Amino acid sequence: MSEPVATTAVVERLWQAVSDGDEHGAARVVHDALAEGTSEEALLLDVIAPVQERVGVEWAADRITVAQEHAATAINERVIASLAHRPDSRRNTGHRGRVVVSCVDGEWHALPARLVAEVLTLHGWRVDYLGAQTPTPHLVAHLHLTNPAAVLLSGSLPTHLPTAHATITACQAIGVPVLAGGRAFGPGGRYAKKLRADRWAADARAAVAVLDQGIPRPDTSAIRHAVDDLPHLADQEYTWVARSRPQLVKQTLVDLEGRFPAMRTYSDAQLERTAEDIAHTVDFLTTALYVDDPGLFAGFLTWTADILTARNVPAHSLLSGLDVLAGQLHDFPRTLKTIELGSTALSEYAVRPVPGARA
Amino acid sequence: MLVVDRHGRLVRANDAARPILPGAASGVRLHEQVPAWLADAHQQIVETAPPSTVTRALRGNIGDRFFEAHPTVGADGDVMWWLVDDTDRRLAETALSDVRRRSEVLSAVSSTLLSTLNVPRCMEVAAAMAAEHLAEAAVLVAPPQGRRCPLTFARQGAPVVQTTRQVDVAGVPGLAEALQGFPPVPARWINPADIPDWVLPEGFAGPIGSVIVAPLPGHGVPAGALILLRSSTEQAFTEGEEVFARLFAARAGAALSAARLYTEQATITATLMQDLLPPALHRVHGVEYAGSYRASRDHERVGGDFYDVHPGTGPSQETLVVLGDVAGKGLDAAVMTGKIRNTLHALLPLAENHEHVLNLLNGALLTSRHARFATLVLASVRRRADRVRLRLTSAGHMPPLIVRNDGAVEEAATKGTLVGALPAVAARTVETELAPGETCLLYTDGITEARGGPLVDELFGEERLKRALAECVRMPAEAVVERVQMIAAQWLSGGRHDDMAVVAISAPKAGAPTVADGQGGGRPGRSRSSE
Repeated sequence: MSEPVATTAVVERLWQAVSDGDEHGAARVVHDALAEGTSEEALLLDVIAPVQERVGVEWAADRITVAQEHAATAINERVIASLAHRPDSRRNTGHRGRVVVSCVDGEWHALPARLVAEVLTLHGWRVDYLGAQTPTPHLVAHLHLTNPAAVLLSGSLPTHLPTAHATITACQAIGVPVLAGGRAFGPGGRYAKKLRADRWAADARAAVAVLDQGIPRPDTSAIRHAVDDLPHLADQEYTWVARSRPQLVKQTLVDLEGRFPAMRTYSDAQLERTAEDIAHTVDFLTTALYVDDPGLFAGFLTWTADILTARNVPAHSLLSGLDVLAGQLHDFPRTLKTIELGSTALSEYAVRPVPGARA
Repeated sequence: MLVVDRHGRLVRANDAARPILPGAASGVRLHEQVPAWLADAHQQIVETAPPSTVTRALRGNIGDRFFEAHPTVGADGDVMWWLVDDTDRRLAETALSDVRRRSEVLSAVSSTLLSTLNVPRCMEVAAAMAAEHLAEAAVLVAPPQGRRCPLTFARQGAPVVQTTRQVDVAGVPGLAEALQGFPPVPARWINPADIPDWVLPEGFAGPIGSVIVAPLPGHGVPAGALILLRSSTEQAFTEGEEVFARLFAARAGAALSAARLYTEQATITATLMQDLLPPALHRVHGVEYAGSYRASRDHERVGGDFYDVHPGTGPSQETLVVLGDVAGKGLDAAVMTGKIRNTLHALLPLAENHEHVLNLLNGALLTSRHARFATLVLASVRRRADRVRLRLTSAGHMPPLIVRNDGAVEEAATKGTLVGALPAVAARTVETELAPGETCLLYTDGITEARGGPLVDELFGEERLKRALAECVRMPAEAVVERVQMIAAQWLSGGRHDDMAVVAISAPKAGAPTVADGQGGGRPGRSRSSE
């Protein structure tokens, strides 16, 4: 809230440096702002976080390349490290207690978790930051050794929700409460609630507030299975569709070729891209089945339509893909309904530019 | 059997009824002789019209016995009460429900205790549950560490307090014995007045009425002792409760020793593993290094792939980078990588001649009792002005890939035989240069042999790796490494895989000293702490 104008200017300057791949410039912007009195927390959450968000938006709008996206993220990571490692950094001793910050296994977007870890450190917590790609067994072993007050579990991509669920259950089974956060857990943290995370926080500041209040230890005497939290899993549709992913992708590819003879002239790389897109669609479909929310699938489809449009690929190809997919899944009512709602959402979705795109 | 008339007067009592109701002479009023439940029931029956409609059996105490009462209404309006002594069944039922409650508590205790392998947490849970189910307060005394004992205090309805203090163990009757695992003094023989103050949890409403000291039997070694306290206003511990306390202590002891054993093992593993873990890479003498490692089994941290960066003694000296792959995976292979890494470290002064180093290593491996061979790449790196000079040698390993600024991905033309198999190693070293922004990538076959993709079961392959690298032009070293690992991981999409190691060597872009310079470096994004 303090000095919003100044922060906006800093965000703009940092964005310039980061998008140019100018690591030195990026560091200078942030350290100058620090010297001029902007707090470290404000730099992390009101400058670096929005810049990172913009990296994603610009990639979606096809205005920066994958390489630029990775380079920008790497620079942001280094700028954060340079803030944390300053000799005069006022990090304290962790008197508030110990917490673990980790990404869901398979999640590559580590920066949001990193920001939360840094902010919690500023607030006096001793933070074990396990980062991205932490296999759940490592996380559990770490919890046994350190007995933290809570695990903060970060997820960006919704397709990791089934893994997140297993992780949440594993942490709770050994008596450590889980605070979930990140875009994967849906608007208002609705999937965090479905997966029975102990708490959910919208952002780093909210996470600080939740930890301030304290989270009671989960009851470990109750034995819980996934189907206890998500009774709809009893219909086995998720299990079946997830297991049939390779066959579904293959068959969809074959059927699409039958419908669009032009596909036969695709290069191997083009075919692989198409197969990847289909696989991705199936992944989101299964995730929607897991949390029983067709809205999750519809959201993915409209987002993909935006991405395709930004790259001048006709988005109606998505509808044909759904049609073909539905043809293979007629035995699964919940799945069919999810696809149907997705198709409806997609056809009603007016083609519009990617958010933030300048026309 | 009693016969009572409609006015509530006793008409007759049989022989069996007389000992129960000594004052039961005919003509006396029923309500003066029997408890209210029976007198009231009689009243109710006679007031009901017609009086014969009585159904349910009644139960209640008469004196210290328990009876079922079955009324039969006679034609004259008298009620015949049949009393059935049910005391023994009742006692058995009470005992059964006690046993049930205790076994429920024990089962809850077991699953709660077994859920954690953390010693302090385990002690906290054990003390809290003891205070909740067994006593007003509980103190868990862990075996002394040196002269101090870890103490866990729990009181009903209060948070658990844990401290480590020097205490007089001998001051509590039976405690020293319990800590040694010898059978302690039975509760009935402990005089509450003998209990020293340090045992009392803060806020305990003394004085103490009764005490139990129970040993926590461990796996071969004592796991500590549990002191249970009740204040004098509460009932003293019964013999049954004492037995129950011992059962509870056995469960807690087993869980605690499991936790202690796990912690010990995990600490030993961490210590032994320390040197086998891949090192954190950072900028050295003006050249950027980044590495990433993923073991084939997700629950392991080490495997048969390895890498190291040995900084030159000064900016003008060459830095030696090693990346390799030992045949096999898992811990056995990891132990072997440790030997190779140590041997290469010792051979650093000879690094000017890669082939010579490889032959010395080969000799060492051939004479070792491990029959494993390895493939590896050596890269000697030195910065000259803004360019980075590389000498690259492959010993039976995939040649390094170089990402040029124009988007070309070149394969270094080095070739050689693997080490640890043949009497001699033949290898050709090639030299090349990186312009600012260019990257040289060393990797193991875990990347290219990753099976998966949208259609499953397809090899990732070198072509895909090169295509991925072509998108990495002018990216910082860490970003390249992360990108390669990410694409490979996505290709696998959860499938099985071999160990995967990647190291990137990058010439920094012109005029871009890194912010991490002079600040300790370390790979940003990872600050692991394990204890």
